[in-house]
Amino acid sequence: MLSDSDRIYQNLYGQQDWKLAGARARGDWDNTAAILAKGRDALIEEMKTSGMRGRGGAGFPTGMKWSFMPKQSDGRPSYVVINADESEPGTCKDRDIIRNEPHKLIEGTLIASFAMGANKAFIYIRGEYYNEAQRLQFAIDEAYNAGLIGKNAAGSGWDFDLILQRGAGAYICGEESAMLESLEGKKGMPRMKPPFPAAMGLYGCPTTVNNVETIAGVPTIMRRGAGWFAGLGRPKNAGTKIFCISGHVNNPCNVEEELGIPLKELIEKHAGGVRGGWDNLQAIIPGGASSPVLNKAMCDTQIMDFDSLAASKSMMGSGAIIVMDKSVDVVKAIWRLSKFFKHESCGQCTPCREGTGWMMRQMDRIVQNKASLADIHLLEQVTTQVAGHTICAFGEAASWPIQGMMRAFRPEVEARATDYQPPVQAQAAE
Amino acid sequence: MSQHAEPTSFAFHADSLKLVEKAIAKYPEGRQMSAVKTLLDIAQRQMEQDTGSAWLPRAAMDVVAACLGVAPIRVYEVATFYTMFNLEPVGKYHLQLCTTTPCWLRGSDDVVAACKKATGIKNFGETSADGMFTLKEVECLGACVNAPILQVNDDYFEDMDAARTTALIEDLKAGKPLPPAGSLAGRMSSAPAPGQTSLRSNPSAGE
Repeated sequence: MLSDSDRIYQNLYGQQDWKLAGARARGDWDNTAAILAKGRDALIEEMKTSGMRGRGGAGFPTGMKWSFMPKQSDGRPSYVVINADESEPGTCKDRDIIRNEPHKLIEGTLIASFAMGANKAFIYIRGEYYNEAQRLQFAIDEAYNAGLIGKNAAGSGWDFDLILQRGAGAYICGEESAMLESLEGKKGMPRMKPPFPAAMGLYGCPTTVNNVETIAGVPTIMRRGAGWFAGLGRPKNAGTKIFCISGHVNNPCNVEEELGIPLKELIEKHAGGVRGGWDNLQAIIPGGASSPVLNKAMCDTQIMDFDSLAASKSMMGSGAIIVMDKSVDVVKAIWRLSKFFKHESCGQCTPCREGTGWMMRQMDRIVQNKASLADIHLLEQVTTQVAGHTICAFGEAASWPIQGMMRAFRPEVEARATDYQPPVQAQAAE
Repeated sequence: MSQHAEPTSFAFHADSLKLVEKAIAKYPEGRQMSAVKTLLDIAQRQMEQDTGSAWLPRAAMDVVAACLGVAPIRVYEVATFYTMFNLEPVGKYHLQLCTTTPCWLRGSDDVVAACKKATGIKNFGETSADGMFTLKEVECLGACVNAPILQVNDDYFEDMDAARTTALIEDLKAGKPLPPAGSLAGRMSSAPAPGQTSLRSNPSAGE
């Protein structure tokens, strides 16, 4: 088990002072200038060596992402954008960082911005996190007043401005190019790529978008060394991660654990186990709404990291674990996600705009036992025509829960068809 | 469509104007449009202050467009895209109930029923006869380990069930103020309810 001393977020639950004095007592802002003095290339190299992979969902290596930013300006400024739009159902980890460890995020943003040559960074926080935004703005003001950011930030010689912008209710703004549109004051509709944001992002300038948890981990990695972080977890799946365990567990909670922890151990150690015991488990969505669902047999042996979940044809995603016991109608649970995606489609691409509504209605027919086997198979086929045929990955996100349901629960789903014929042996056994 | 009356004019108060100027000044020259959501939010909050209902009449959108020097349509399309801008009046207490899967698994159906019973509202999107409450179904609020969540105006109320929901709404009807945001089960933020399983060497020390 991860020891407390290896946990990045010592104030995850807000047990202590979240303000600057409390943050300093936990080691934040301790000689930040010395970290920046190592230079841009050394910082990017350190991030590469740490093995940090993006904590927002995609798991892209952070150091490599940073290295895509231009080394020399062509006259345009560079920007860093922090994605605090946390909206993937099941996910509530960044909220705890923002409200209880805001200075880790602010210091991490300074370090990341320096490493990428950006004098200005933006944090885009979902609009519903009003109280969290108030706290973060308070912490930003504290950092300005203490000279930690602003002109000659933390005595480093680097000028750095940090701007907080609140969203106003739109899941799609968590997609990085939709976020850039929204930051510019437009509807949050994703952009075609290329050009990628590192070449042309916010205001047409080189931009990198990173998740809150990725960036808030940076100061600790820089202080304790890339080797410390890389030594936790498993190869190519380094470090710690905040898991959000929701649904049918005895004690839903957020907890920071080591990547590579078995799913069962994680739930039993921290969430008090599945309601009614492990054998009462039916299904788990392991990484937020868009990650394909796992059945109990899959969960028995599942390891929680990027590559192990990909091997199970699911996803680490944001680390949001949604647990369902045997009392749940899994089809209805997935239908509710289809309803979510239908509501949140931005409407720009036809396959997604029309497909999410169609998929939701077809799922509803299965829930109501009104679909035929042919309907179910048509639904499966249509998911493949939505996924991969849209500007952003929303088409995939909306399709994967249904595809995952068919992989993990095909017999249960098909048994609900109007024209389902039970196998002959099963009838004989009765 | 609702038959609400649209005011014919809107003007920012002096204190709102200060916030508007501060918001616009944050962005690079020529990029004032970046402040549009902030300005709409300021307008909506001023409406709440003035009328008791946090909503955005079209006249307010036009004023925001004038502040930013853009065509009104640029503001309308933003105001209609994002769910947090209320395009018609809402009650004094805007009840926003999450029913997405993590909340649904923890009993959001019970919270919906309790909200409807206590307020007398029949369907999502409606406002109670006395104008006190508007009930809306919302998608994931991002506090899933404290599900179900009931957002009232700016505050999240967490770990809800039917009894806590009824008690909260009855208190509001009796004229009591909103309680402090957070878990109404008395739990510390997102920690396991019976006590921490990690960071035990670093327990609560108070603020």
